[in-house]
Amino acid sequence: MRMKGLLVGAVLAATAVTPALVSSASAQDTIYVPLFSYRTGPFANSGIPIANGMADYLNMLNERDGGIGGVKLVVEECETGYNTEKGVACYESTKSKNPVVTNPYSTGITLQLIPRASVDKIPMLSMAYGLSASAVGESFPWIFNPPATYWDGLSMIIKYIADKEGGFDKLKGKTIGYIFFDGGYGREPLPLLDIFAKKYGFETKLYPVPPAEMQNQSGQWLNVRKDKPDWMIMWGWGAMNPTAVKEAARIKFPMNKFVGIWWSGGDDDARPAGDDAKGYTTLNFNGVGTNYPAIQDIIKHVVSKGKTQTQPDKVGENLYNRGVYNSVLIAEAIRNAQKITGKKAITGEDMRRGLESLTITQARWKELGLEGFGAPITAVSCKDHNGHHAAYMQQWDGKKWVKISDWISPLKDEVRPLLEAAAKDYVTKNAGWPKRTESCDKPS
Amino acid sequence: MLYREAGQFKTNYRADMAVFPILQDRIGVFLILLVAFAVIPFVGSNFFLHAIMIPFLIFALATIGLNILTGYTGLLSLGTGGFMGVGAYACYKLATVFPEVHILVWVVASGFVSAAVGVVFGLPSLRIKGFYLAVATLASQFFLSWCFIRIPWLVNYNVSNAIEVPRRSLFGIAVTGPDATPQARYLVVLTVVVAMTWIASNLVRGRIGRMWMAVRDMDIAAELMGIRLLNTKLLAFAVSSFYCGVAGALLVFLYYGSAEATAFSINQSFAVLSMVIIGGLGSLVGSFMGAALIFTLPILLPHIMAALGIPIQSATAEQISFMVVGALIIFFLIVEPHGLARLWQIAKQKLRVWPYPY
Repeated sequence: MRMKGLLVGAVLAATAVTPALVSSASAQDTIYVPLFSYRTGPFANSGIPIANGMADYLNMLNERDGGIGGVKLVVEECETGYNTEKGVACYESTKSKNPVVTNPYSTGITLQLIPRASVDKIPMLSMAYGLSASAVGESFPWIFNPPATYWDGLSMIIKYIADKEGGFDKLKGKTIGYIFFDGGYGREPLPLLDIFAKKYGFETKLYPVPPAEMQNQSGQWLNVRKDKPDWMIMWGWGAMNPTAVKEAARIKFPMNKFVGIWWSGGDDDARPAGDDAKGYTTLNFNGVGTNYPAIQDIIKHVVSKGKTQTQPDKVGENLYNRGVYNSVLIAEAIRNAQKITGKKAITGEDMRRGLESLTITQARWKELGLEGFGAPITAVSCKDHNGHHAAYMQQWDGKKWVKISDWISPLKDEVRPLLEAAAKDYVTKNAGWPKRTESCDKPS
Repeated sequence: MLYREAGQFKTNYRADMAVFPILQDRIGVFLILLVAFAVIPFVGSNFFLHAIMIPFLIFALATIGLNILTGYTGLLSLGTGGFMGVGAYACYKLATVFPEVHILVWVVASGFVSAAVGVVFGLPSLRIKGFYLAVATLASQFFLSWCFIRIPWLVNYNVSNAIEVPRRSLFGIAVTGPDATPQARYLVVLTVVVAMTWIASNLVRGRIGRMWMAVRDMDIAAELMGIRLLNTKLLAFAVSSFYCGVAGALLVFLYYGSAEATAFSINQSFAVLSMVIIGGLGSLVGSFMGAALIFTLPILLPHIMAALGIPIQSATAEQISFMVVGALIIFFLIVEPHGLARLWQIAKQKLRVWPYPY
């Protein structure tokens, strides 16, 4: 009985303490930005530089400018380990502190949180990942995935390959291999790949890599050696990337014909294969290196003062800068929301309006101290939450990534109808999906 | 002093064989249920309900399922994640094909689908035992994971290859989908878990449970006493998979809201197995304790650290909880291999004679 009493007491105490535990931060005059990150688990090699870049840019704004529009940002990381359970726990624990935006950084967590964004009035920024169909603003008013979707990415890669082969008509009879993470993320481009294969007359070979077998791809690459595809395309993440690059080098696949999506282009993805990885090509939409005033400010105000978890020599690497890019979008959307509403401390609803009319012109990139860092963000609108912006190709020279192409625009005409069909499909399958009631702001 | 049975006389067989023969136990269980049903939903914060209590209860149910197979019947299974997945995918298919039928009906029905699949994969258990059976169930795990990824029919040809939970309600209150409040979800999960625990507790102490335990302790002896091994083992597989299937359906419909195949990977199987081992093989209350320890510790640890005034990075907290959980598993395996349930039993035994132990 005594033990039972204690147990009951403990349960009661736990219920009483928990609310106190979760509602500590968030004063009136701050903006709370939770960052879901993963510094542990099988995806940590990709997750750590991203988490560092995201946190460092926002902290730099706090240090240099005292926040955004005079309001300090409260930046808090929540460790998900790329695990959906932990992601949901993170979402629940941050929700009570009035976050202005959710950054799930995992397709699985994104899919889970999509239906809840409109209910909880917290917009979600899944930057170039997550559900491609959420680019359709009429169906997904609370979800944003600029600057480009996976389908845009695939169309850019096919465009690049056609360019190298000497035109789309030269693709006929070619074989293109597709090695992908066998989950939602890697399977998403498959329908479009089929369409392209039919349209341009090339043959596709699929090499799925199961999530549990990311570090053991010898079987897949043995088949690649047998099939001898002319080009290889990769949709990988985490431990899958360095393994694939090493295996490709081992079977002497011509590296300059091995093209990855933007998530396969980390420095640590190519570096372990050393010189053998020379020529490995990936898409990218952010600049690399530290040669930008804003990155120098990060070094000056954050990194050199030890207010970060970043190792100084990792600043400016591709995925680090990807994190910075993500935070630029957040920061600019906050600024935009402040401008539209005239409020200082904005809410999630204001942030949604800020994201919906987000523009970053060439001049604005320069003002931010990031000239040429990204393509101008000009096409995000109420209808189009993605914008289908351009990306470029970068190549590994054995030590660093080098930009080898101009900005490539996606084949938007091919992609957009597919996106709308997918969005329609999502809405019909999820009977009772709310109709858009949110009003639309003019782009700023 | 308070916890003793002196003066409580049993005058008939029924009273002697009751689930809770001691009055104090009955009061204790009643109080726990009272708190769970009437206090927690109104006092607990959304975070506490949705991120801790709901998954804890669901994992406790899955642990009971595996405990029936591993703890009571002695058949080691590494396919729990797969069977949970069968429940989840079956529930999704049924709920989308027949949307007019009540969701709770489908949650239970998906348990039967999972039970059928469990029976099929349980067939080898008649011939093989121990490690070999573990490997056979491991094969079922991989096969089922493969199915979830490769059969697009299971996800209604969804491009993102995930199952998304439709909106459903109970007595006019939303219980699944994004509109459902944590309170409503919690009460549904709690009701299902309490009801199924009650059924399990009656199963394991009745004829069927005794058959299972006889097979566990020595299957040849059990066979000689007239217990049919095939039926008994397959029944254990069926009931165990039923529980896991319902847990999987609840997991997706009332907790996740949508799921990819990776949610039912081998890691899930190992997590549930460690809950069984930490909680105690062959114990229902141990299933709850094991689930509570393994699931809630990593989530609560950062908050406990923060409350103690030790500011740590969230990633560091994650690393620490890995270490703590790992150390606890080793500690329990060395000090108390029978798990938390055994500790609980010892504590009760000590309390009976307190303060004058003999």
